[in-house]
Amino acid sequence: MSDLAPDAAGDLRDNGLEQSELAAILQRMWRTPSGWLGALTSVDHKVIGKRYILTALAFLILGGLLAVLMRLQLAGAERRLLSPDLYNQVFTMHGSTMMFLFAVPVMEAFAVYFVPLMVGTRNIAFPRLNAFSYWIFLFGGCFLWIAFLFNVGPDVGWFAYVPLSSLQYNPTKRADVWAQMITFTEIAALAVAVEIVVTVFKQRAVGMTLDRIPVFVWAMLVTSFLVLFAMPSIMVASTSLILDRLVNTHFYDTASGGNVLLWQHLFWFFGHPEVYIIFIPGAGMVSMIIATFARRPVVGYTIIILSLIATGFLSFGLWVHHMFVTGLPQLGASMFTASSMLIAVPSGLQIFCWLATLWDGRPVYRTPLLFVLGFFVIFVVGGLSGVMVASVPIDMQVHDTYFVVAHFHYVLIGGAVFPLVGVVYYWFPKITGRMLSERLGRWNFWLAFIGFNVAFFPMHILGLMGMPRRVYTYTAEMGWDHLNYLSSAGAAVFASSFVLLIANVMFSLRRGEPAGDNPWGASTLEWATSSPPPPYNFSRIPVVTHRDPLWADGGNLPVVAGLSVERREVLLSSIADAEPHTREASPEPSIWPLLTAIATTIFFIGSIFTPWAAVWGTPPIAIALIGWFWPTGSKEDEE
Amino acid sequence: MIVWLRSGLAVTATCVLTSCTGWQSSFNAQAAQSAEIKRLLVIFLAVATVVWITVMLVLLFGLIRRKAIREQPLDLHEAFERRAGSVILIAGTATTITVLALSVVSYGAQRTVFANDPSAVTVKVTGHQWWWEVQYQADSPHLSFTTANEIRVPVGQPVTIELESADVIHSFWVPSLTGKMDLVTGQQNTVQFTAKNPGVYRGQCAEFCGIQHAHMAFTVTALPPDDYRRWRDHQNQGAPAPSDPLSIRGEQLFRGRGCGLCHTIRGTLAGGQLGPDLTHLASRETIAAGTLPRNTSNLAAWIADPQHIKPGNLMPKMSLRSDELIAIVHYLEQLQ
Repeated sequence: MSDLAPDAAGDLRDNGLEQSELAAILQRMWRTPSGWLGALTSVDHKVIGKRYILTALAFLILGGLLAVLMRLQLAGAERRLLSPDLYNQVFTMHGSTMMFLFAVPVMEAFAVYFVPLMVGTRNIAFPRLNAFSYWIFLFGGCFLWIAFLFNVGPDVGWFAYVPLSSLQYNPTKRADVWAQMITFTEIAALAVAVEIVVTVFKQRAVGMTLDRIPVFVWAMLVTSFLVLFAMPSIMVASTSLILDRLVNTHFYDTASGGNVLLWQHLFWFFGHPEVYIIFIPGAGMVSMIIATFARRPVVGYTIIILSLIATGFLSFGLWVHHMFVTGLPQLGASMFTASSMLIAVPSGLQIFCWLATLWDGRPVYRTPLLFVLGFFVIFVVGGLSGVMVASVPIDMQVHDTYFVVAHFHYVLIGGAVFPLVGVVYYWFPKITGRMLSERLGRWNFWLAFIGFNVAFFPMHILGLMGMPRRVYTYTAEMGWDHLNYLSSAGAAVFASSFVLLIANVMFSLRRGEPAGDNPWGASTLEWATSSPPPPYNFSRIPVVTHRDPLWADGGNLPVVAGLSVERREVLLSSIADAEPHTREASPEPSIWPLLTAIATTIFFIGSIFTPWAAVWGTPPIAIALIGWFWPTGSKEDEE
Repeated sequence: MIVWLRSGLAVTATCVLTSCTGWQSSFNAQAAQSAEIKRLLVIFLAVATVVWITVMLVLLFGLIRRKAIREQPLDLHEAFERRAGSVILIAGTATTITVLALSVVSYGAQRTVFANDPSAVTVKVTGHQWWWEVQYQADSPHLSFTTANEIRVPVGQPVTIELESADVIHSFWVPSLTGKMDLVTGQQNTVQFTAKNPGVYRGQCAEFCGIQHAHMAFTVTALPPDDYRRWRDHQNQGAPAPSDPLSIRGEQLFRGRGCGLCHTIRGTLAGGQLGPDLTHLASRETIAAGTLPRNTSNLAAWIADPQHIKPGNLMPKMSLRSDELIAIVHYLEQLQ
């Protein structure tokens, strides 16, 4: 036990307290207030993280139902289950929901829950911002879906290309709903990104130097930087679209000197990093699960981290490969061929590291590892078809066809959803204290694996046979119906795997085997506390002496003492070496983030109906923010 | 007449011939450009398959091979870690070399695909929601004409398609001939191909362009040069004047009911620019941008209620009595 600076201020520190006494005090101090109102004030990263995860998974189910609808429509030629108008809303909602309301938020959600635990701190940085982020995400998602239920769902694709999404060709509110949903989710995502960056940089446990940070945390750090640099681009795009639609600016109006390709540049400057915002956390999860179940650290920790960072940088230099057929100059397009192909290198390096780890390790075939093995089979296909679409001539044939639909589902479902479901099995015991059923887990995996491949592999062939994307129907003479039928059948199996997952969760929540602190024998700090973790995470902050602290030190981690027990306190440490610096107060629960989010929501939704919302919508936000930041007279932080 | 018969035969033959590969398939390459892309596709597919199988074999072998027993997760063998590190770096280098080599192969193909022969026949295609306006331009205006949804080109000669959009972004794509190119609002793009064999090649809009994106098809028919010239000469003429009483009534109704506000029939007073030019409608194979084969019943059904066949398209439903409908259809069918 290493003591912090001597007790200068005379407040009560945890040095002398017995373990049980300390736990009781911390429990009282850190718990979320009880009751319905109390729950709304929570700033506990675990409470918010859990809500975030559940909400994002609910959107996954909704988005998945839309996919099922589309597969029903396309199962045969000229089926009339959905009208063209509804189909266009459905595929737009599917893409927007999956990208903006599921894939990015769910990764951030797991980070909100687990990054503070994995770096050994008591709460995330800026906990109230975290609460605000969740509410904004929830309201934005509900706004989109309620609009859809009232037949005002966006119908311009998740990419909303102008001029199709301009007022001239989309005179209803549908495109406004899409653009404003972007604003909501971007704010939520940016807020979490800032929290993750600060948490990782400043709140790591003592001794967790940069080269001891768990791979998943590194992945989330890189992802957060990607969010910080990519999201502003889409906010500029969607805001200027709203301005064009609402107050007649002419950013995208070619008749007045605007440019429609500007939209595509802005969109894809965000949209391509977006893919890596989803994949990099998935890669982090793969590294983590492989290490735990191969029962050894991943081979090539440094290579993996550098690959993640390299992927992050390279991901900003690829956006033009979404625009190869827009008539850009050839020389420019060619450069993006090379850069798009080169991003295969860092991904390849990670795969080689994982292969080496499995080669040397003694794999324990539990459900999380099965999903990671499925990831290999699927993601490598997606990566290789990615190399294909990086070639300008090949892209000219397969762009906007079902080949590309197959490609990115192999990348995103293979690269992110399979690891994600693996992680659900992996972390469920930590969140709930109970194991998910292994038997159902195996069924879940095989249904998902077979269903996915049957659903999506035929799409490669359909694309090469000339079937374009985003068509609500096709004629029998095209000869596409058999493969489409097969694909729809696979989709049904794939969907059933998620039903099984839900059933498993429902069942195991009540009847699951109790998990204990560290059921998988894993090495990272989230397993050093109880399952589920107490509100204060760790009664004493651990000291990290090794990259795999739980494997190196067994159950007995050295800890830090000297934190106050009179106020919520987190320990700040230096960026590189994680040396203890400051004891900082961590905010108490507050209702103001929710009120601010409500005020912001009224402003955003109002502004798609009248520009005056920018006038009457701001005072409530200002009032809420004043409430939020009202000085509380808390003590200065101490060195 | 013989021309139509021959092109009709060509259509049938091509449909049969290409059905095994699909008549909108990237693998049914019928032009220099599409053949080059097909070659590239095959190379990439082969490399991808080899890489995938290798990775899977390494994974499989890595999982099933016998392992030394490890007491503690952190008991690592220095020698293995070092060797693994070098193997990973070698594999990484091999990856880099492979993708760079593929890039170079891809650049090589671009030279063929984007070859620009200035002596090419030029056709201007303008995308509309949800049909294709096709303009053949010549040095003198009286040799220029406009048609819709069906493009005819000479075999063996480079053809440049100039692409523009009248509204939103569309994409011109005939997989058998070459890759796609967008029709971007406010700019002109071009794409060039050289058809090797006579035939009918189907294409379809490939950029989502609104409610009827699915029904925005077209065909490119490659004809022997003589046939092509004859076809051009024929298209260049105005519409034949209606001869029998029914088609005379049809022509009057066509104007009287406002059809001419959107459609042009050259040689008559109908001069609208919003919808497809119908001057030689009866010489086309399909109606409504490849949605239906052109025959009397489909034409009647389309005019009677276009919104039923292609919901959301911009042609309004006219309330016509059945005798009026018959007259209009009869008139349109005279427009050879």
